[in-house]
Amino acid sequence: MTVVLRVVEPGLFTTVQDLGRPNAISAGVPPGGAMDRFAHRAANLLVGNAEGDAGLECTLNGPTLVAVHSCLVAITGADFDLRVNGQPVPGWTGIFLGMGDRLTFGARRSGGRAYVAVAGGVAGDRWLGSLSTYMLAARGGMHGRNLKAGDEISLAREFVGPVVSGRQLPERLRPRYADHTILAIAGPHIKRLDAESRSMLFGGEFKVSREADRMGYRLDGHRLATSGDELLSFGLAAGAVQVPRGGQPILLMADHQTAGGYPVVATVVSASMPVAGQLLPGDDLRFAEVSLERARQMRLSLASALAACRASSMTAS
Amino acid sequence: MPPPRSIRRPAPRVRTYPLGDTALLAELGTRLDTALNTRAIALATALKKRRDVRQTVAGYAAVTVHFDPDQTTHEALTAAIKRLAAKRPPMEEPGRLHRIPVVYEGPDLEEVAARLRLTPERVAELHSKPIYRVFLVGFVPGWAYLGPLPEELELPRRHVPRTQVPAGSVAIAGRQTGIYPLPTPGGWHLIGRTSIKTFLPDRDPPCLFRAGDRVKFFSSTR
Repeated sequence: MTVVLRVVEPGLFTTVQDLGRPNAISAGVPPGGAMDRFAHRAANLLVGNAEGDAGLECTLNGPTLVAVHSCLVAITGADFDLRVNGQPVPGWTGIFLGMGDRLTFGARRSGGRAYVAVAGGVAGDRWLGSLSTYMLAARGGMHGRNLKAGDEISLAREFVGPVVSGRQLPERLRPRYADHTILAIAGPHIKRLDAESRSMLFGGEFKVSREADRMGYRLDGHRLATSGDELLSFGLAAGAVQVPRGGQPILLMADHQTAGGYPVVATVVSASMPVAGQLLPGDDLRFAEVSLERARQMRLSLASALAACRASSMTAS
Repeated sequence: MPPPRSIRRPAPRVRTYPLGDTALLAELGTRLDTALNTRAIALATALKKRRDVRQTVAGYAAVTVHFDPDQTTHEALTAAIKRLAAKRPPMEEPGRLHRIPVVYEGPDLEEVAARLRLTPERVAELHSKPIYRVFLVGFVPGWAYLGPLPEELELPRRHVPRTQVPAGSVAIAGRQTGIYPLPTPGGWHLIGRTSIKTFLPDRDPPCLFRAGDRVKFFSSTR
């Protein structure tokens, strides 16, 4: 298939991701996929792809990419000083790259992960139904590893739709990545926290520790005291906040362990997972308890923002 | 004739808890118990057939249910789970039986034997005697929680977990045993090793074991 982009510099940690392999969890394989699924979906829709097509997830600093074939791209998620041949270009917008054009990621202003979609989708190894890279098993995406200089990115399929640049998601519909208030629902084992720990959990300030990756984030700030017998292991979910002995909470993310036996004291709501997925070591955050009804309203409002990406695709074409 | 066991056992009371807005945990009990695990697996299988359920994972005595929040709610699914759990579970087919060779020369074998006041040979003998049940598949790819371990071998986890456990290590902790599929950190006692691969990345599903399978270890020299 057509090679469209050459990786000149890979960035710190750039991987191929899609919406993951949710069916693999019953076999013990993490669901994987984009940490910020809103940004991933929006990028795809802005170039006319299906929302689950594979793209690039770029952590902390972005790659330098050169177009070896003309293509339509969109960069969403973390806010970088994006440039094509040195000229600033907007994020959350379809951009046409001509042959030889050079896309660079400059200073990062907010968020930790940017998403690059290419019209036609990024090609990669498919594993258990997904192109998402899973490093521990060295499977999926670019041969199960992060990108390196010299890699060539091909299209998953020849793009047949009209190539239209300039489709944009308005700023007011984008997640507010600078606000690190993470909304969560009390977890199955919330009663194992004493009153003081509970008020720390929902109200205290936490910081993402250096032990933070696609599997999850260990949080500094407060130790949470849990009581009770050891639990029998059970299936976990992304967004779960588990508290091991020792009391340092862990927020589980896309490549999380599929089962465990530590108390789960809260779970981040789906509408807050995009913001959670943007966090990096050193970022501060706080959890706010919400109801299932509030979580539903927020989920619907994000869904309507994605619908706006689709609508802009239609009006632009 | 005595009635079949499943009739004598009352249906467990189910409690559900939200795991965020797109998943829930349905807890059937808090004991390590084959009958509860059988019910959990049956409930997970029954729920998986529903259109509003995306995926289920059976735990020891609980089911984690990932659902489509556009098609159902926590309350509606809870009501459905209670109805399903009240039914008598289908008679469980005996799971597949795996025979796994173990070289009983793990780095913790001597210490485990000393703490249990047994000889290393006796530890190996006791470990390879039962036919274990696969209670739960998960944690890392290829990992399966097997049990129950004979009471004589029961030990709490190591105080300081190892940062790296070699793949293929056969380990025990509490009333459980398992095989490390990948080099990962781990706090269990390593009593042996096996050449059998439990994580099969190029197969679908990629785990050798399924929940409900049976596993028999036997002592081997390689």
